[in-house]
Amino acid sequence: MRDAPAKVDPDTSSPASPGSIELTINGELFRHTGAPDMPLLWYLRDVLRLTGSKFGCGVGQCGACTVHVAGKAQRSCLLPVSALAGQSITTIEGIASGDDLHAVQQAWIEEDVPQCGYCQAGQIMATIDLLKRKAQPSDADISQLTNLCRCGTYPRIRKAVKRAAQLMADARAAEAKADDAKANEVKP
Amino acid sequence: MSRLTRRQFISVMLSASGALLVGVRSSSAAIEPKVPMDLLGEPLTSLGAFVRIERNNRIVIGARGCEIGQGVITSLPMLIAEELDADWTRVRVEQLPYGYEIGPDGPTNRYGAQGAGGSTSIPDGWKDLRQAGATARWLLVEAAAQHWQLPHERLETDAGHVVHPDGTRLPYAELVERAAAILPPTEPVALKKPEQFRIIGKPAKTVDARAIVTGRAVFGIDCYLGGALTAVMLRCPHLDGSVESVDDSETRKIAGVRDVFLIDGPVPGSPLETNLAAGVAVVADNTWAALKGRSALKVVWKPGPWTQESSTSLETQALEALKGEGTVVRRDGDMAAARKAAKRTLEAKYHVPFLAHATMEPPHALVTVEPDRALLIGSLQSPGGASRLIANLTGLAREKIEIRMTRAGGGFGRRLTNDYVAEAVMIAKKAGKPIKLLWTRDDDLRHDFYRPYGVHQLAATLDRKNQLTGFSHLCAATSKVYRVPRDDQESPPGTACLEADDFPAALLPNLDKRFFSLQSGMPRGYWRAPLHTFHAFAVQSFIDEIAHETGQDAVQLRLKLLGAARELDYSGHGGPKFDTGRLAAVLNRCAEAIEWKRKRNDGRGIGIACHFTFGGYTAHAFEVSVDGRDLHIHRAICVVDVGRVVNPLGVDAMMVGGTIDGLSTALNLAITVKDGQVQQSSFGDYAIGRMAQMPHEVEVIIMDSEKEPVGAGEMGIPSVAPALTNAIFAATTVRVRKLPILPELNRLL
Repeated sequence: MRDAPAKVDPDTSSPASPGSIELTINGELFRHTGAPDMPLLWYLRDVLRLTGSKFGCGVGQCGACTVHVAGKAQRSCLLPVSALAGQSITTIEGIASGDDLHAVQQAWIEEDVPQCGYCQAGQIMATIDLLKRKAQPSDADISQLTNLCRCGTYPRIRKAVKRAAQLMADARAAEAKADDAKANEVKP
Repeated sequence: MSRLTRRQFISVMLSASGALLVGVRSSSAAIEPKVPMDLLGEPLTSLGAFVRIERNNRIVIGARGCEIGQGVITSLPMLIAEELDADWTRVRVEQLPYGYEIGPDGPTNRYGAQGAGGSTSIPDGWKDLRQAGATARWLLVEAAAQHWQLPHERLETDAGHVVHPDGTRLPYAELVERAAAILPPTEPVALKKPEQFRIIGKPAKTVDARAIVTGRAVFGIDCYLGGALTAVMLRCPHLDGSVESVDDSETRKIAGVRDVFLIDGPVPGSPLETNLAAGVAVVADNTWAALKGRSALKVVWKPGPWTQESSTSLETQALEALKGEGTVVRRDGDMAAARKAAKRTLEAKYHVPFLAHATMEPPHALVTVEPDRALLIGSLQSPGGASRLIANLTGLAREKIEIRMTRAGGGFGRRLTNDYVAEAVMIAKKAGKPIKLLWTRDDDLRHDFYRPYGVHQLAATLDRKNQLTGFSHLCAATSKVYRVPRDDQESPPGTACLEADDFPAALLPNLDKRFFSLQSGMPRGYWRAPLHTFHAFAVQSFIDEIAHETGQDAVQLRLKLLGAARELDYSGHGGPKFDTGRLAAVLNRCAEAIEWKRKRNDGRGIGIACHFTFGGYTAHAFEVSVDGRDLHIHRAICVVDVGRVVNPLGVDAMMVGGTIDGLSTALNLAITVKDGQVQQSSFGDYAIGRMAQMPHEVEVIIMDSEKEPVGAGEMGIPSVAPALTNAIFAATTVRVRKLPILPELNRLL
């Protein structure tokens, strides 16, 4: 990917302008040549038209704008693009692999979590991060999620987090089994 | 190089160099909600305004409502699909635009009722959308009857097929062209009997959940139009204040800022029909430039006439007002005589604050205004109101105004007013460009149509046997009827603050309900389940206090008051009848679920409350404990009767959400005023509840009912606050009579 030319902000001047910032978003390399202090959220939304990350407060309180920077959940409304040079960022649009949803997205659908749906991208990004740290989260762990939901979907989010943890555990078990089977095959 | 050429150049350059596709993500890329092809444009495959059948027999159903999280994008199409006999798993739903048009008999809406307010979408749809589905089915059966040369009556339908008496199945897709050419019947078509339902009453998940969880669902704020500029406003923080002077020199230096200009506020005292406040608009190439430009403004404000207004002065005003006569809302018997004859009179005052709606997606509007047409794309609750407003502001005929609704990031009543649409139109006219207007969270909390503030004074008279003989409910509040459009000025006293026929009206010989209007410069509006949120808090808390003071069981006292199951007249929204038996039934079921009779001796307390709202009956019960200053909610139960249920999963969602919203609001939230300015400006000082504060589960029990269905968006809230304060009293003997609960509980403990 690094070898491919970076995409530039189409509305700004020459791609080679000094002070441009390169960053990887959902596996694609981009070069930002606009205001370096522009928060990542507005770069994603206004420039790249990746609008899944939402604006809710602009001061890091609500979590609607949560993305992953180097795999960790971060609130993109507070992150100037200038601080992200060379970083790899994943947004809600980059979580599924093609048509295959991430287990957390799948669990969200199965538990029918969304009401208005506005905060849910952020909730999902925060949950994926939580499940990386705690594969089998306790209720207390889930209570550490601080993303706001104005519709009050918290009880269904709680169920969906547990379901996602189970889906991921099942997938790991299936993978391990497949690996074992493979290992057995190659044995003489 | 002109903008356009440069953009083309970059596009070409990058594609030539083998980079990933560009153009998809250029900042000129428009994101516009799709207008369904039609439903309007393909007459050969469309059956009426709501149904299109594709060649692969996939059925497309138009969703006419404003989806604000209440689930109408799923539940309304279910009504059509049921009567159409569609295979729900093969149905695709598309959001319809606003359907204003000039018909043969004058202006009409081709889709019927589209607004979201008062929990009316389901009852409205129950009346006409099933008929729309049944008519489309009738046409398909008629087409099959012609094809097979059989009488219409001998054919049946099943899951997107017409079925021949010999079992042969013809997909709707093969019949639709012929069906579209048949004249629909002039008389209404017979609807299914409930025992024939295959979709209504079965749990259905949100139809666009996949788009939501992948970030592809389009909300108003996600829409962009080529050539549109982004606008933000700095609004006057003083109620009814104005701009004294502006220094925009620093703002204009910021790259990307295109223009800065003043926007007038409404004339003080005039109806609040357009925007809410005077201010300075900053118009820029993108949001960040606009926000930076706004921070660089130096504005001197001229305070309005409300500089003396504060939450403290409002309370003083309310307590003083309550000593007066007020306006009679309902009076039965003679409460003064009941007081004289009483062995004992109990009295208590309950305080409820202003509330902001705080939709997760803040107000936003994307508009184009041209000499002969206008376009609005947005998250709306009242597209009809928006259409009238744009017509008034532009002079355009309403049929020249196109409105596309998107999924909305919450509503709660905030979007019933279109002040932000008015602002966007005013800015677009001045800028001469399409405008994407964004409100930030501080804009949203400081400028709203707030849930009214009030003090409720309740009194009950008791005879020697502790029997209730009279009930008085005096409400001093900032009336909802404030600077309303002319046609609303005839609203009866107490409108949206005190409900004449609410429990326990007509259940006691003596009743005295009066309203006392407070002077305030705060704009007021409808906030989810409007007056019921504070009405139920006052009444259902007071009933509990009466039970405690007279040594009666709080459930039994309510049941005794409700008496035998019967229908009472109810003049408010949700009437015309209030069924005491249905309220008693949800209360009983709730008491059973919380094990009301089981004594707790572990420091835990239980509380219960019930309420009738907009045709629905709800009871809540909570089990709580207070540990030091920490309130723990161990169990939360919600029992609801909304008549026949269209989507059980949707009703459950509304009850879980309503309960959590009710808890979050009752525990934490208040908008306060000081020196004529709103004090809250972020989720720091307007602290919507987070996961850790909320019960892990809300146990929802939906009553089986064959009554006409009503909506479920609002009845999940009113009984929450009183059930919770009743539970806190049971656990601690501390009675919280002032919302929000947590600061008051901490003061009292």
